[in-house]
Amino acid sequence: MGLAKRIIPCLDVDNGRVVKGVQFVDIRDAGDPVEVAKRYNDQGADEITFLDITASSDDRGTTIHMVEAIASEVFIPLTVGGGIRTCDDIRNMLNAGADKVSINTAAIFNPEFVKEAAERFGSQCIVVAIDAKKVSEEGETDRWEIFTHGGRKPTGIDAVEWAKKMVDLGAGEILLTSMDRDGMKNGFDLGVTRAISDAVHVPVIASGGVGNLQHLVDGVTEGKADAVLAASIFHFGEYSIQEAKETMQAAGIEMRL
Amino acid sequence: MTNKTTSTVAVIDYGMGNLHSVAKALEHAADDTTKVIVTSDPALIDAADRVLLPGVGAIRDCVGEMHKQGLVPTIRKAMREKPFLAICVGIQSLMSHSEENKGVDCLGHFDGNALFFGENHKDNAGQKLKVPHMGWNQVNQTIDHPLWKDIDSGARFYFVHSYFVVPEHASEVAGTCEYGHEFCVALARDNVFAVQFHPEKSHKDGLQLYKNFIHWDGKP
Repeated sequence: MGLAKRIIPCLDVDNGRVVKGVQFVDIRDAGDPVEVAKRYNDQGADEITFLDITASSDDRGTTIHMVEAIASEVFIPLTVGGGIRTCDDIRNMLNAGADKVSINTAAIFNPEFVKEAAERFGSQCIVVAIDAKKVSEEGETDRWEIFTHGGRKPTGIDAVEWAKKMVDLGAGEILLTSMDRDGMKNGFDLGVTRAISDAVHVPVIASGGVGNLQHLVDGVTEGKADAVLAASIFHFGEYSIQEAKETMQAAGIEMRL
Repeated sequence: MTNKTTSTVAVIDYGMGNLHSVAKALEHAADDTTKVIVTSDPALIDAADRVLLPGVGAIRDCVGEMHKQGLVPTIRKAMREKPFLAICVGIQSLMSHSEENKGVDCLGHFDGNALFFGENHKDNAGQKLKVPHMGWNQVNQTIDHPLWKDIDSGARFYFVHSYFVVPEHASEVAGTCEYGHEFCVALARDNVFAVQFHPEKSHKDGLQLYKNFIHWDGKP
């Protein structure tokens, strides 16, 4: 008996619609964010993550309205990410009903922003998203680097060191996406997940690459993740949240059923 | 039929920010004879039938703002007179003292302190436990109470906190949880009930607890 591991369905939202993962070229419509969020809430999701991937920042107003609509009907934690650059952005999202915000690129350009945000709003609502890719060659010691621009631009920053630094600055949770796995459906990068989970004292959410339910199990048992995030396996009815939870529980993982 | 309000729940707003989720969840749990107001006005809090004290931010700011806004006498009065529910940091603010922010004196409604889990928190087998304690944990009900009505002992609620309360009087403990060690997550005395978890984020069981609060007459 104790704390359950969490399953977090992720809504990648582009121009007001849920779409498949960022990495996909053929963007497939998965519905209205409010409807999708309600469905996951009813299915027993432990949290919901809403990532605004709209290319232009003109439509932030739309995002705020959607977050408000979701928060009025969904009584589980809601994290909002995408385009969070200032404390005003954070305040707007929290006022709209988000429980946490996820900061990604802005942390890379200005790490102090994480500190400022944590001091002002509390670490519990500051999630730092890390997009990592393996850069070591076969036979070398494993090494992962932070990438920006959807995994296209390397930064030279070591992913494990970066995670530790973000936690020191006040991040309350790490959302780790393995960019070379995102959308590939061949499982999380368990090496980097475990390396970061072992290195920090805050919870780590594993993301990127889930293709089946065993991948979720592996993320927790081998990757030591505290929560697992997935998008497309849930969006198109391949698996339900309930099935995922039952599979994880059967593998000996404590879940909220 | 006229829209008749028969009772009011005041959610105390001491200027620390977002109470949207709490208010929405209360409204969801309420029927149309209950009105939910979010307010910092002592007169409105005094006039309400029930009072909810949310907890926002770190303890120094939380208790500091209650004092700064002149709300402490109003809060104490409500705790003497009517059904009163404190949630998350709200439960910590009712203790004598908290270790957070290098030590902060709190309102002292319950004897005891709020302590830090520690960054090297471990379970009995020596496995590292993450801090904050974040996610869904099982709450064991240690007493029968109207606020636990239609909620199973062992039901999971959503938590996010790094400090936990240690009350001096075991008789005031209403619920416990296990995270490395057993600790108190719900306190009850007379017309005051306090919980460490977030009912507004705890799906059906959380909404049920709010519903129970809305119908509570303040008797244990």
